[in-house]
Amino acid sequence: MRVPLSWLREYAAIDAPAEEIAAALIRAGLEVEQVDRVGGDVQGVVIGEVLGIEELTEFKKPIRFCQVSVGGEPRGIVCGASNFAVGDRVPVALPGSVLPGDFVITARSTYGHISDGMICSARELGLGDDHTGIMILPPDAPLGADVVDYLGMADEVLDIAVTPDRGYCLSVRGVAREAATAFGVPFRDPAAVDIPAAAQPGYDVVIDDPQRCTRFVARIVRGIDPGAPSPQWLQRRLVLAGMRPISLAVDITNYVLLDVGQPLHAYDLAKLTGPIVVRRAAAGEKIRTLDGNERTVDADDLLITDGSGPIGIAGIMGGATTEVDAGTRDVLIESAHFEQRGISRTAARHRLPSEASKRFERGVDTDLQAAAAERAVRLLVELGGGTADDAATDVTHAGVTDSIILAVDAVSRVGGRPYDAATVRRRLEEVGAQVAGNEKLTVIPPGWRPDLTSPIDLIEEVLRLEGYDSIPSRLPTAPAGRGLTRDQRLRRRLGRAIADAGYVEVSSYPFMSPDDLDALQLEAGDVRRNALALANPVSEHDSHLRTTLLPALLAALARNVGRGQSNVGLYEIGAAYLPGDKRPAAPRTSAASRPTDEQLAALQAALPEQPLRLAAAVTGEREPGGHWGPGRQADWSDVVQLARTICRSVGAAEPVFRAAAMAPYHPGRCAVIDIGGVAVGYAGELHPRAVAALGVPARTCALEIDLAPVFAAAVDVVPAPELSVYPGASIDVALVVDGVVPAADVEAALRQGAGPLLESITLFDVYRGAQVGSSQLSLAYSLRLRAPDRTLTDEDVRMAREAALAAALDATGASLRALPT
Amino acid sequence: MADYDPVSVSPLDPANLEAFGVAARAAFDAATDLESLAAARTAHAGDRAPISLARSEIGALPPQARKDAGQRINAVLADIKAALAARSEALEAERDSLVLLAETVDVTLPWGRTPPGARHPLTMIQERVADVFIAMGYEVAEGPEVETEWHNFDSLNLHPDHPARSMQDTIYLDPPERGVLLRTQTSPMQMRSLLSRPLPVYVVGPGRVFRDDAIDATHSPVFHQVEGLAVDEGITMAHLRGTLDHFAQAMFGPELRTRMRPSYFPFTEPSAEVDLLCFGCKGEGCRICSGEGWIEWGGCGMVHPNVLRAAGIDADRYSGFAFGMGLERTLMFRHGIKDIRHFYEGDVRFALPFGSEL
Repeated sequence: MRVPLSWLREYAAIDAPAEEIAAALIRAGLEVEQVDRVGGDVQGVVIGEVLGIEELTEFKKPIRFCQVSVGGEPRGIVCGASNFAVGDRVPVALPGSVLPGDFVITARSTYGHISDGMICSARELGLGDDHTGIMILPPDAPLGADVVDYLGMADEVLDIAVTPDRGYCLSVRGVAREAATAFGVPFRDPAAVDIPAAAQPGYDVVIDDPQRCTRFVARIVRGIDPGAPSPQWLQRRLVLAGMRPISLAVDITNYVLLDVGQPLHAYDLAKLTGPIVVRRAAAGEKIRTLDGNERTVDADDLLITDGSGPIGIAGIMGGATTEVDAGTRDVLIESAHFEQRGISRTAARHRLPSEASKRFERGVDTDLQAAAAERAVRLLVELGGGTADDAATDVTHAGVTDSIILAVDAVSRVGGRPYDAATVRRRLEEVGAQVAGNEKLTVIPPGWRPDLTSPIDLIEEVLRLEGYDSIPSRLPTAPAGRGLTRDQRLRRRLGRAIADAGYVEVSSYPFMSPDDLDALQLEAGDVRRNALALANPVSEHDSHLRTTLLPALLAALARNVGRGQSNVGLYEIGAAYLPGDKRPAAPRTSAASRPTDEQLAALQAALPEQPLRLAAAVTGEREPGGHWGPGRQADWSDVVQLARTICRSVGAAEPVFRAAAMAPYHPGRCAVIDIGGVAVGYAGELHPRAVAALGVPARTCALEIDLAPVFAAAVDVVPAPELSVYPGASIDVALVVDGVVPAADVEAALRQGAGPLLESITLFDVYRGAQVGSSQLSLAYSLRLRAPDRTLTDEDVRMAREAALAAALDATGASLRALPT
Repeated sequence: MADYDPVSVSPLDPANLEAFGVAARAAFDAATDLESLAAARTAHAGDRAPISLARSEIGALPPQARKDAGQRINAVLADIKAALAARSEALEAERDSLVLLAETVDVTLPWGRTPPGARHPLTMIQERVADVFIAMGYEVAEGPEVETEWHNFDSLNLHPDHPARSMQDTIYLDPPERGVLLRTQTSPMQMRSLLSRPLPVYVVGPGRVFRDDAIDATHSPVFHQVEGLAVDEGITMAHLRGTLDHFAQAMFGPELRTRMRPSYFPFTEPSAEVDLLCFGCKGEGCRICSGEGWIEWGGCGMVHPNVLRAAGIDADRYSGFAFGMGLERTLMFRHGIKDIRHFYEGDVRFALPFGSEL
């Protein structure tokens, strides 16, 4: 809402400068976004009279050389417009004057004449969009007077973002009332007009849906001069408030709307046929609205109709068939009240937020309709030369506003400081409410405050008007808390460990597109293709919720490489969104009281699984080279090792790795991460085709893992280790195995065979070559043995070694490698 | 003395013994390194050294004279050993300083064998905020990002036709009639906490939220908020104010405070915008706050009785406050981050400097 201060000051005589008024309104809860200074950028433009016109015809367009007087010697001015005549008074920018945009006017030679100034259009003066011709001023405009002063152009406009609860502030009336309260000055209500009693019933109006339309006032003014323009002051106010002047009748309805907040509609009376009926639309009914669009209305939409059918969508926009036009002489003014929610639904349904709907959906003053219509009628009579019918229509189904009981001490209980009864009473009266009682107040809110329906609404009014800055600052005493949950602690541990391992965390948008999954080389039936689509995605590429963290993470990796980072290790922790099987819709559940457990479960059942995942990706040198020697390229082992780091960081047991084939990984370089027999994720080098499709460097490696099973496997209480002080023994064994045998199996067999004496096992050499068979490899392990209670004997060591070897042979076919002689 | 026959044993002659000591000291002093000192040691203090040979002559003396001679030899030997030790120590120190000098390295050489990592600033501020409130006895609440309309809107006093629903451009899952959406605010965590926790409830809930907004330097369709909620007997707006002040001071420094401006949120009443005293200028007006002296920080208010009722809480007995702040906004002000897109692009150069922050 844009409120010119000159307008506001008519209703609240405040001398304070604009900034102080803005600050006071902000304190009272109006969001004044800025104070616009208008007209101040026009200097030296005066009122002149056109004395003579010479038409210059030798140019491509008609040009006039005019003689203009501004009170002294006439001066010659060249002008390209032709909407004015000799004798007209016009704004003249003399040489040296300044127009908006710091545009300085000088005398210059043009079209073969010296132009000693410029005759201005409304737009050139910053007075709106009208550039169709020169601005013609009234004949009594004083020659030589400053146009800025004459038109009252210098003004300040408050630009206010009105919150949904304060519909009344979508009017100068409402804002002025707040300003008057803030400055403690009297408020003059522009809606307080005497309304003559109707001599007889007016135009026939039937309200078919009294729930949705609670009141309909219709007034008629006949014999309006169709050529009468809106006066300058009125146009000026509309422009300052951000509206475009159109015609006198429309401008007057808009003016009253801005002034008191009541949306009005002007019909061309001659185009109306039969009684006006306010009713719900029939399904499939059509209406062409004022903006020229044909709209199919919904059975929930409320229509204004006459004998011809729909003539307006109630409270939203009028219809084209009964529009006032250049020939309209007789006008019917509609001033109605529509129920908020219905208007809100219809405006949303047709994506048609209008000045009217914005006000109705926030709630229009229930008592305002007759007064607003009266104001419009008076202006039509005064400015358009029309005559008001003494008949008037006022159909009302308005109920009685409920009173609210407010205990005065409740105000202090919310505010945290004392508020006495007199203060509470006074503040509520300033809001416009009728208040009775002492410690227990009976409050009837004013018609323009439909948002005030319960005691807390009244308490807020008192608190904001008394000032939030008067509320003291105190800390509540919370009961002793339990700190972070187990998972919250583990998440912190995990994040620190991954970062310490040299990976940088990223935070991606959790969206993806099916194209991303193609790039990952996912097969048609891959479960990750079962993704949730967004109804209104922010971009085409963000059409679905991610089922894997990899696309966005790899895109970030490619972005880093593109920006010149060759060695990049990234990770992200976040949810994936898995629809699983078809889920039911969320039931419409009342919020009036706590839902039953069944209802809550039904709501929960509508949500997809949102498991927390960790993904990582790495490319380039994981150990950078330098003057100390060559670096080491990241490979599959880094991401597999990262999976170990993840488990180790939370104290979970070492996961089991097995070779796996899974997109987007290289089929020979991918490990499934197994915790307790469950595949919780995959790690490996990307498939060359995925590398190409994703645009990441060759040999890029990645990992994605579900964190819930990792956290579930975390140990809560670590059993203390047994520390043996007896000497141990080391034995080395080199085993020859078939090349396809996983090293993990060999190690597991050795562990199992060596038994409880085994303290640690290390694979210290992997050999392939001439000394073993061509399809074989040699694995050399160092086993460290120790007993908790004694020094090992040679026999202990020998037996453990033999048992380990036997187990390895049994499980994997591993044989002791013959040492070269 | 006169009743024995003195035998002349020349090596034990005091003058000779004295000479052995002098010769040994001279030889030690002449040694220039530990090797030549070892040779001098063998010559003058070894088994075959004159002083050692002299000692073996003691047996030749008459018993009465032996004690006397032994004492003389021991005195000289002690002198020789002391001289040897002193010289040895001097030469070892000399050798050590030479060796260590030779082993000197250039400690200014760059050495980056382990790549640095970092957590994301958004992660760290979420933990930092949580820690501030945990210290006051709060617990950290969580809730799903894909949420029901009921939790995100209806239960928070936003009925289906409420004009405030269009204030927040909501991203719905397809089809929207299913009533499932991307939460537009962290406030549904309020409802989840009230439904699942015993009273009193003191929770803080950081998280990711979504709006159907175009991306530019200060707007992102995905961003983060932190929600705070306290529901207890006797909670007033003064408690809200005190909590916000404490929060601001914990995050930005002890001299900071907050200001509340009346505003409107459906789920709180009274409602307020929270402004933070600009930490750049402390209210004087500067570039950070565009000359205002205050920075818009978030929204807050007293939990609306309808929200308490939707959770089945007796609104006559219990009251509460809630607040919500944008975390990107907080970080942008705190660190002078000029473009919100930096948070989501994953450029390692953005996160790395934050890696070591507390």
